[in-house]
Order: sequence, then C-alpha cells, then structure tokens
Amino acid sequence: MKKDDKIRVAFVGNPNCGKTTLFNALTGANLKVANWPGVTVERKEGQVSYKGQKMILVDLPGIYSLTSYSIEEKVSRRCVMEEEVDVIVNVVDASSLERNLYLTMQLLELGKPVILALNMMDVVRERGMEIDTHRLPEILGGIPVVPVSARKRTGLNVLLHAVKHHYEENQCEKVITYPKELEEKICLLETLLKKKYPGIPYLRWTAIKLLESDEETVNEYPLQAPDILDRSYEKEIINCKYNYIEEVVKEVLFYKHSKKEGKTDAVDKVLTHRVWGVPVFLGIMALVFFLTFTIGDLLKGFFEVGLDALLAGTTSLLENMHTADWLISLVVDGAIAGVGGILTFLPNIFILFLALGILEDSGYMSRVAYVMDGIMGKVGLSGKAFLPMVLGFGCTVPAVMATRTLEKEEDRKRTIFLTPFMSCSARLPIYVMFSSIFFPDYPAVVAFSMYALGLVIAILLALIIGKIKKGDSAGTLLMELPEYKMPNARTIAIYVWEKVKDYLSKAGTTIFIASIIIWFVLNFGIHGMVTDVSESFGAMLGHVLVPVLAPAGLGLWQVAVALIAGLSAKEVVVSSMSVLFGITNINSVAGMTGMSAALAKYGFGPVNAYAMMVFCLLYTPCAATVATIRKESNSWKFTAFMVLFQLILAYVCALVVYQVGSLL
Amino acid sequence: MTLLETKTGEWYCVKGISEAENVQRRLEALGILEGTRIEVLNRKNTGATIIRVRGTRWALGKEIALGIEVEEYHEKG
Repeated sequence: MKKDDKIRVAFVGNPNCGKTTLFNALTGANLKVANWPGVTVERKEGQVSYKGQKMILVDLPGIYSLTSYSIEEKVSRRCVMEEEVDVIVNVVDASSLERNLYLTMQLLELGKPVILALNMMDVVRERGMEIDTHRLPEILGGIPVVPVSARKRTGLNVLLHAVKHHYEENQCEKVITYPKELEEKICLLETLLKKKYPGIPYLRWTAIKLLESDEETVNEYPLQAPDILDRSYEKEIINCKYNYIEEVVKEVLFYKHSKKEGKTDAVDKVLTHRVWGVPVFLGIMALVFFLTFTIGDLLKGFFEVGLDALLAGTTSLLENMHTADWLISLVVDGAIAGVGGILTFLPNIFILFLALGILEDSGYMSRVAYVMDGIMGKVGLSGKAFLPMVLGFGCTVPAVMATRTLEKEEDRKRTIFLTPFMSCSARLPIYVMFSSIFFPDYPAVVAFSMYALGLVIAILLALIIGKIKKGDSAGTLLMELPEYKMPNARTIAIYVWEKVKDYLSKAGTTIFIASIIIWFVLNFGIHGMVTDVSESFGAMLGHVLVPVLAPAGLGLWQVAVALIAGLSAKEVVVSSMSVLFGITNINSVAGMTGMSAALAKYGFGPVNAYAMMVFCLLYTPCAATVATIRKESNSWKFTAFMVLFQLILAYVCALVVYQVGSLL
Repeated sequence: MTLLETKTGEWYCVKGISEAENVQRRLEALGILEGTRIEVLNRKNTGATIIRVRGTRWALGKEIALGIEVEEYHEKG
C-alpha cells in the first residue's frame, strides 16, 4: 500500500491562521507546486527530514469547515480522508481559538491521528491572555498540542517530533457526545453502514455526515433509512460542537489582566473608516504604483548595463569562433535580445509583487473588499471582486484564478470578464517604451492614462452588463478580517519568489519560443535566409494586415507582426518591435533614439503611439491568460467570446483615438 | 430588528437567520447561529457591516446583514 517509509502529513487550518507561514518555515522555498487533480486549487508539497525520518508535508487550502460547499473544502476533505495521509497537523490560531476549534472538532471525528499546532501564542500573550496547554489536550481527546510560532520559528522541532511519535496513534473519535436522540441515531446508522459497506472507514464521521445531509456522503454511501434520516440535523450538530467549544475555551483561556482593546480595532478605525477608508486605500495604491515605477526603473538601469555587455561579449566571442552568421544572428538577435529585453522589466514586477505581498500578509487586503464594497456594488460586483481586480495590475493569470473567492458563478464570470482591462505588468514595458520615446516630457502621465483608461472601460462594461443582466448578481460580502500583523519577511520572500519564478519561467519558455519563431519568420523568406527583413515571411504577413490596421494608425507591417507576436505574451510586443527595427537594446537611450528615428521615417508619431498603446491595453490577452480563463470559466464559448470581444473593442478604441487625435 | 438597524459598538444576540440556503449554511458553519452573541464594530453608508463573532471579525454585505435578525444583549446582565 505504502510506497516508502515516509510519513505523509497534511496541514489543515482556517484561512489566516498562519498555516502557510508555518509550512514555509518548515519546508523553505523548496516546494513542489501543482494543482489538485481536476481543479485549479494549488497543491503545495515539501519534504523535511527529522532525525532520519523523512516526511512529506502537504499544504491544504485554508478552510473553515469540512463541509463540501467550496472547491477548497472538497479538496481538503478528500485529501485528509485519503489512506495515504498518515497524520493531520491542524494549525490553529490561538488568538482566535473559538472559531478555529470548529474545524478541529470535525477533524477529530475522523479518528485519524491529529496534532494540534497552536500558532500565534505570542499574540495571545500580548493581549494579556494565557492558554492552559495542559488542559487543552485533555479536553480534546488526548491529542498532542504543540505551541508554535511560525513567524519566530519556535516549536518547529517539537512539532516534527510529535509527528514522528504520534503518526500511528489513532484518535478517539468520540470527543463530543451528542444529545441522546442524536447518539442513538448515530449508533443505528453505524450498524447499518457496517452491514451495507463492510470495512468502511471513518464510521462515526460518515454517520454524522449522513445526519447532516452532507451531499458527498449521501452520494457515496446511500442508505435507505427514512425513519432515522427523516430530516437534516446539521443545525443541532453544529450547535453541539460550538457549545462544546465554548466550554473548552472557558476552561483553557484566561485573561491575566484586563482585556485590552486590540491594536487591530484601533487601526481599523482609520483604515475602514466610512469616510477615510477609500482615500487611504487609493493613497496606498498610488504609493505601490510610485514604488513600482521609480525604484523599479532605478534597478532596471543595472540590468541594462549588464545586458549591453552580454550582447557585445557574445557577438565578439562568436565572431572569434568563426561561427556562421545566421547562428550569431539567432543567438544575439533572436534569443538574447528577445529574452534579455523581458528580463530588464523584472525589477518592476519584483517591486509590485513585493508591495502586494506586504499588503496581503499584513491583513489589509481583505479590508479592501469591505472598503470597496459600496463602490463595487454600484457597478454590480461584490466587494470581493476588488481583490482579483487589484491583482490584475500585477498579472491577469493569478487575478483570474483569484476570482474563485467569489461564491457566485455569475459574479465570477463578470469579474473574469473585467480583469484583463486592469493593465497587467506585462503591458507596462509597452507603455514605458512608447511613452518614453514619444512623450519624453511626461512619460509617467501617459503611462498612467493607460491604467485609467482600462479602469474606465471596465467600469463602463460592468455597468452595461449590469443593465443587461439585471438582478442576476447580488454578490454579497462575507469575509473574515484577520488581525493586522507585521508582515513576515520569509513569507513575503517566498511569495515574491514564486511570482518572479513564474514570470521568469514564462519568459524562459513562452517568450523564448516566441522570440525564436519571430526571429525565423523575420530572417527567412521563400528563398531561405534573407538579409533584408522586408523580404521575409513576417513582412508578407504584416503587409496583408496593413490595410486593416491603417485606419487605426497602426498601418505598418512591423507593428502588425509585433501585435501578432504579442499574443504569446504582451511584453513580446516590445522585443519584437526592437528586433523588427533592428535595435539591440531597446531600453538604452541609444536604442530609444534609434527606434524613434526608425518610426519617424514611416510617419509614426505620438498619435500613432497612443493608438498603439490603447490597442495593446485592450486587445486579446496573452496565451497564458486565455488558457486560465478557459480553465476557470470551464467554457470555451465564454473564452472565445472574450477573445473576440476584446479584439474588436481594441480595434474600435484605437480607431477612435487615432481619428480624433489626428484632427487635433 | 435586523443587523442593519443596529448601533456600532453594541452587543446583540442572534434571534434568527433567513438567508439563501448556501449562505445560511455557511454562516452556521462559521458559528453564526441562533443565540450567538455579536458585536457590531463598524458600518458603512452602503450597509456593509463589520461584526465580531467568536473572537473574529467578519465583514458582511448589506444583503446578508438584512437576513440576520437580532435583539439587544446586555453583557453579563
């Protein structure tokens, strides 16, 4: 049954209980990240070794209970019930014991080995409270309770020690005794289940779930017992659990000195203020934006110097080796120039995700949903939809994935539909290039106008959808507001690293392949390798599109080719423009002057540049986004509609900008 | 009264919940049931309300707040 002697440990806990921080503290950044089969919930797996004992740790999504309403709950539930999982580590936020223990009570009913990791004990002490860690395990059926601090990295070894020594000890599954009526029913059900399904695991749990009319259990173990299962007893069962928890909390939690008003309430008085909440939020967003631009651009300078040196070095090295011209061209003009151009934007992306990571880890992000609830409500979206929208400024892929926090299908689709209009960081290089070349006096204003335009269009579309599908959405806010805390450096470092790795692997694969394809299309024609770009395959394709794009001010075959290439990833527009106009380092002053001169030759001025940026903002999102939308919406029709709609919208808007702009 | 008509900074006791099936079950799983004590922390003009339940803060939209029937609760009466 078991492939090896590794202990399999599942990490389960409420959202915001510090589970991921604890998991990261144990495993470091060395994780295997994949999706759970069939769904798009992230599955993180790491390995640790404690005193020669290897353990595989699996981080499950944060959940409040083991019901099966959300995808996260279903995934976690299936995982902990798998035979493969030897032991469950239930991470509990000690400062919010009452709510966290509900999940614990459900886990205990499985009868599997459970270890309670009591996290955030420091917060408990700060608030002048004390938890009796000797009494707590006694009331919870004798399970090991280990106080840990994920942030201060204390108690980690004790936790692993507990895993090593307790993973084979099954727990008493009857910690809570329900009222007589219910216990009798449970007993009868257990007998029936045993008879009908010999060898059934988690007997008591299954019986209780049947009484709760739990969908998954009813389907898996259908039972004809109308007199026992005459109605759902879910409410009574939940009530019993919470009553028991109240008793537990009363017995183990002490207030040493008078109950202090938490810092969180004081901070919330400002951040969720009915008047100040929104301006503060907008201020924070503006700050994030400012940092991404200024400090990001500063760092970018170093990358550019390095890239220039690399290009020159490689060229001379290959020339000295008497490499064939086409190969030098492939390596330098195709590969290094293409991918290198993308890498120089890494600092911007790094800082953006650093800022988002801090906002998320500090607990502010969930306040955003509340602060923006009214404003989002006006356009028919739930406040929760704001999170994916903000993420959209980073990258549309995680933003679309984040729409899963919305319960309603309709809300989710609306949000997915609108997120691509939040200008993602991949579009930033395009704005930076065109605004620095054509609007050198106020590039930041021009770039910012793109972000604003995206927002305006998203709002207008939301209003239109709201008018068409009146009453379909009542996206109601239901969200926990966690305690504010100091952002944890390690958690954020891992968060940023994952995003940057994502971006880099995208650059390394999609963009690399795109660069090579483009290099081929541009350097080869029907007669083989060509020296003049205008005789290449790319030029032929571009020329076909010129008449269509000309009314929108984009009537250059090079532009057409760059836009097609941008479908693989939007930042490719920049690299292909530079390849097409034969400019090696687009981000240097010399590169920009060259590009400006090259474009001016064709009469491509500021108005054209602006139309180009508008088109890039709005047109069909990159391949990775389209794939994600397809996955999340689970509908090809919806995906195809989005792709076509955006293409048409981009064309129309660019057309209007160019035509109106030319008149001015 | 509904949760929407409550005053911030006061404690209330849940008398009944009438929400859509899935919202109701969600609230129950989160420990918001008949008899649960709730502190109202904050409310916006839109009706979105922040409450404290079992030691945690929750932000509820107007529609959900409307479906929660409460009565005044005097601590340690």
